[in-house]
Amino acid sequence: MSESDPAVGQVTTGRVTWCPGLAALAFATVYIIALLGAERQWVIIALLAFGIVGAGTAGAFGLLNSVNRSFADHEDSMGLFAIAAALVIATWFREEHFVLLLVITVLLYTVATLGLNVQFGYAGVLNFAGASFFGIGAYTSAVLNPTGVPHLLVLLTGGVLAALVGSILLLPVLRTRGHYAAVVTIAFALLFKTFLEVNDVLGGPQGMQVKGMRLLGWSFNDNIEFGNITLSFYVNYFLLSLMLLIGTFGLVRRLERSWIGLNLDALRLDETAAGCFGLNIARWKITAFLIGNFLIGIAGALFGMVGGFVGPNNYTFGDSLILVSILLLGGIGNPWGLLVATFIVVVVPEKLQTIQEYRFLLYAVLVIGVLLFRPEGLLPRPVRRYFPGWRP
Amino acid sequence: MTALIEARGLVRRFGGVIALDGFDLVAAPNEILGLIGPNGSGKTTFFNMITGIYGADAGSVVFDGADITNAPPRAIYRAGISRTFQRSRLSLPLSIFDNIMIGNHKRLNQGIWFNLVRRADFKREFEENYHAARALVDVFEPALADRMFEPVAGLPMIDRRRIEICRALISAPKLLLLDEPSAGMTHEETTELMDDILLVREHNKALTIIIVEHEMSVIERITDRCIVLNFGRKIAEGPYRDVATNAQVQEAYLGAA
Repeated sequence: MSESDPAVGQVTTGRVTWCPGLAALAFATVYIIALLGAERQWVIIALLAFGIVGAGTAGAFGLLNSVNRSFADHEDSMGLFAIAAALVIATWFREEHFVLLLVITVLLYTVATLGLNVQFGYAGVLNFAGASFFGIGAYTSAVLNPTGVPHLLVLLTGGVLAALVGSILLLPVLRTRGHYAAVVTIAFALLFKTFLEVNDVLGGPQGMQVKGMRLLGWSFNDNIEFGNITLSFYVNYFLLSLMLLIGTFGLVRRLERSWIGLNLDALRLDETAAGCFGLNIARWKITAFLIGNFLIGIAGALFGMVGGFVGPNNYTFGDSLILVSILLLGGIGNPWGLLVATFIVVVVPEKLQTIQEYRFLLYAVLVIGVLLFRPEGLLPRPVRRYFPGWRP
Repeated sequence: MTALIEARGLVRRFGGVIALDGFDLVAAPNEILGLIGPNGSGKTTFFNMITGIYGADAGSVVFDGADITNAPPRAIYRAGISRTFQRSRLSLPLSIFDNIMIGNHKRLNQGIWFNLVRRADFKREFEENYHAARALVDVFEPALADRMFEPVAGLPMIDRRRIEICRALISAPKLLLLDEPSAGMTHEETTELMDDILLVREHNKALTIIIVEHEMSVIERITDRCIVLNFGRKIAEGPYRDVATNAQVQEAYLGAA
């Protein structure tokens, strides 16, 4: 919108090839491998400085916008390239437990923020209890994994339980608007942590162990051995997380590019007008809230198995704030932006050991910076295209 | 004459203020009815009541043979009443096409399975609706028809009004309510928009329009009949020329001599 270029959003002209997108993706892959592999603090700081300056320069020359449009116009090919990039990164670090764990965290947090995005980005329902619903999924794994329930079904159950518990909040969320609804979810986040702490069945403050995933007799917690090649056991989780992210990404995309996505936008932007055109406000708010919590719950269930441990302190209000800040940073409504933002928010504090205790300060500075200089996020959401590349 | 809409004895109070005080209105099929009166005389309140935004404290509304008094906005829209708003209420970040489709809600398949999984069927419905929306916009402003996937935020006021009217018309309503369509526009733009409205009427003779307007030239030009409101009551009714010379009406607008 800030662009005066009249071709923006036009279907017939002003198209961009996939080249800028592919170039950006290749560059990002190399950069990510360098950053994840760097160990010395000065190298990491230099890389981050280079990244900030590079992104700033690219933004100033309008390169970011052409990358964004290239992704929008050729999303299917870009999706395949991105999957390839993820596989390259995982292959590079196939023996490094810690790096793979970081990558898995990025993938699963992106799934969770995609859920938040359905709620806040599309329907406008602010959820400050994201980490709580993530935790419901993780605790579901902790409780159900030792029983005979197939572990893929446990993931699904985690999502369903998160959606069900979330429906307790439906009545207050539907009866309030905007900030007031947000306060309701904050109250829930605080209650949830207290509930976990005093509940002995769920391990109380000590938390619980989570058994690793087993799929058709295949244990995810064993290293993979091919002859004399050994892959970290995290490669199992990486592949499953990647599949979950791909599925979620596709689902959220289809949701946006349908009449349902339009309904959610309409009710976020003007409830009164939407009501005058037949929209059932409650029905669509409920739909968005449930779908969002379902996705967050599944991500949490898998994350619980990856980490092997769940405790009340992993799912605090502060963690919910991190999820919301990812949403603001990435560009509300743009799944690609969320992926970038999750990477920044998850990886940078882990690599920059020197700032560990100041990570919240970093988030605050990042979010304020984005709101000041790029209020629509790093990668703003483009106008809805029901079918990318479609021409009348 | 069978009335398309018949409101009887409508009353609406806001605390101690009586916004509408026993108001009657009858509109025949394919009539253009003007609703005029000084600020605060209850015109928009009437629109909000028959579209279900406000409830009625007393009185009844019958539309197309069915009682719609105190029905929710959704039911009223489904029955065939569409409106525009005094302050434009488009969704600015969304495209022209998206905004018009918001008005077509009742004719779009809202099933989750249909929308997410049966994409080939969805595409067919999408394309049909694209052509319908484009044809409608083309009646108003051919230049806009080529920009269906641009955000409306970048458009001037007159184009936004046109899109608001398209949004109201796309679902083929029986009754169109226009709430001050000339607000915020220049004299020339207003004239242009009125041409558009008359053109729409030519395309769809069955459409009934009730228009609230302060621009008397508009009322004079397009309405068949007028109702004048003051302090929530009807003070005059008839063709514009008769109403304009009515002593009570002149007093309401200009004050007592």
